[in-house]
Amino acid sequence: MIIEKIEKFLRTLGKPLVKFTYGIGELSLFVSRAIYNCVTPPFYFKLLNRQFIDIGFYSLPVVALTTVFAGMVIALQSYTGFSQYGAESMVANVVLIAVTRELAPVFCGLMVAGRIGSAMAAEIGTMRVTEQIDALTTLSTNPFKYLITPRVIAGVLMLPILVVIGDILGIFGGYIIGVYKLDFNSANYIHATLQYLVASDVYCGIAKGAVFGFIITLMGCYNGYKSRGGAQGVGEATTNAVVSSSILILIFNYIITEVFFTE
Amino acid sequence: MKKIKISIKDLHKSFGKKQILKGVNLEIEQGKSLVVIGGSGTGKSVLIKCIQGLLTPDSGSILIDGEETVGVDEQKREDLHDKMGMLFQGGALFDSLTVWQNVAFALLQNKGLSKKEAKEKAIDVLRQVGLAPDVADSYPSEISGGMQKRVGLARAIATNPEIIFFDEPTTGLDPIMADVINELIVESAKKLGATTFTITHDMASVRKIADKVAMLYKGEIIWQGSVAEMDKTDNAYVKQFINGCSNGPIKVEI
Repeated sequence: MIIEKIEKFLRTLGKPLVKFTYGIGELSLFVSRAIYNCVTPPFYFKLLNRQFIDIGFYSLPVVALTTVFAGMVIALQSYTGFSQYGAESMVANVVLIAVTRELAPVFCGLMVAGRIGSAMAAEIGTMRVTEQIDALTTLSTNPFKYLITPRVIAGVLMLPILVVIGDILGIFGGYIIGVYKLDFNSANYIHATLQYLVASDVYCGIAKGAVFGFIITLMGCYNGYKSRGGAQGVGEATTNAVVSSSILILIFNYIITEVFFTE
Repeated sequence: MKKIKISIKDLHKSFGKKQILKGVNLEIEQGKSLVVIGGSGTGKSVLIKCIQGLLTPDSGSILIDGEETVGVDEQKREDLHDKMGMLFQGGALFDSLTVWQNVAFALLQNKGLSKKEAKEKAIDVLRQVGLAPDVADSYPSEISGGMQKRVGLARAIATNPEIIFFDEPTTGLDPIMADVINELIVESAKKLGATTFTITHDMASVRKIADKVAMLYKGEIIWQGSVAEMDKTDNAYVKQFINGCSNGPIKVEI
């Protein structure tokens, strides 16, 4: 009687652990397969091109809006803080550092995760449950190369470009608030921004972009690829893709910052 | 002696603790049509997916043209798929591509045909399955279920495969459309001289297509023979299935 209870208790403890470990193993296999397929032929350039446009071009509006407003709000908040100590001149510097190091990459990552990661999981998930992925295999086409490789490559290459655009627009947002609301001199503000501009900050943002691009496309494809059981399964895959990539983006953002900026 | 095209020996497959296939033995002669019948959930789809290599069996062997296909590498598997065509239950047409791009998919991706050649070939195959050239540029979501089945069939036969698989080809169609599809299946298989492997529970389809019938029950082949033998058999399971009775040795698990 008591042994049975202990057994049951241990089983409830062990089940999630086994499931978790299994999930990690599955994901690792998926990642290695994705990387392997990215560097071996055949390549589908037409599909890659479509992904470039989807991920890069069509994400521009959301990235532009979020980074402009992020730059604006940073300018406003840092001014309220710094004006108490008479250090208003630091606003341009703070906007620059905040946008290039953190805000542009993180906002790009999160916005693209919501826009692209969910769409990928839904599209690939639907293809899975309607047997279209099996159909690819039976038509002698490797579904990994056809569906996943172009998305991952496009994500890794496009996100850094979006981050650079976000950098420029975020700083521009700060400039608008600085000059038109907080009455800074325009030339002084630009001068201060350029004076503090450091290449390594921008590189760090670009590196973050590439990593986030990999995370977003990978989580989107992975969750879609393994989705099961009709509409509900696809819905779950979409949610999981966005949630897991958002969490991973914030975790990796910290790790990369730690690597770049602590001596 | 007739040449054996596909030979399945002692095939086992389970998912977790659930055993789906418990030692399936089956042979198909070249150019013949085998139909596997059986109720829902007896492992018909799993069997077809194992032969296709979409699922890896736990044990047993599947010989195609006398060569082992279980556990072959990716390249060999692609070569095998070049020999096969498959009509999926739901059609499984690529909804991001037009009808002709679907039909010509393998020709464009693997055979290196130009766009123009591929489209001509696709329209030609569409005509064989009774579709007018003007559907070629529509998307799968814009055409009816019966037409989607025809497009699926066209895609399956476009590469002139040696073996064609049909996964419940008449499910979801009205009886007349089902008969049309059955006739197309017989016709195109004869034209290509292909060996066909069909799974279905539609008895009208069985009578039309089958050279040989095999019944799958609880993961094993419990009976096989010709259509004429099927009608005369004493096997209680087969009798119950072809007559569609709820009383008999087969109990429906609810």
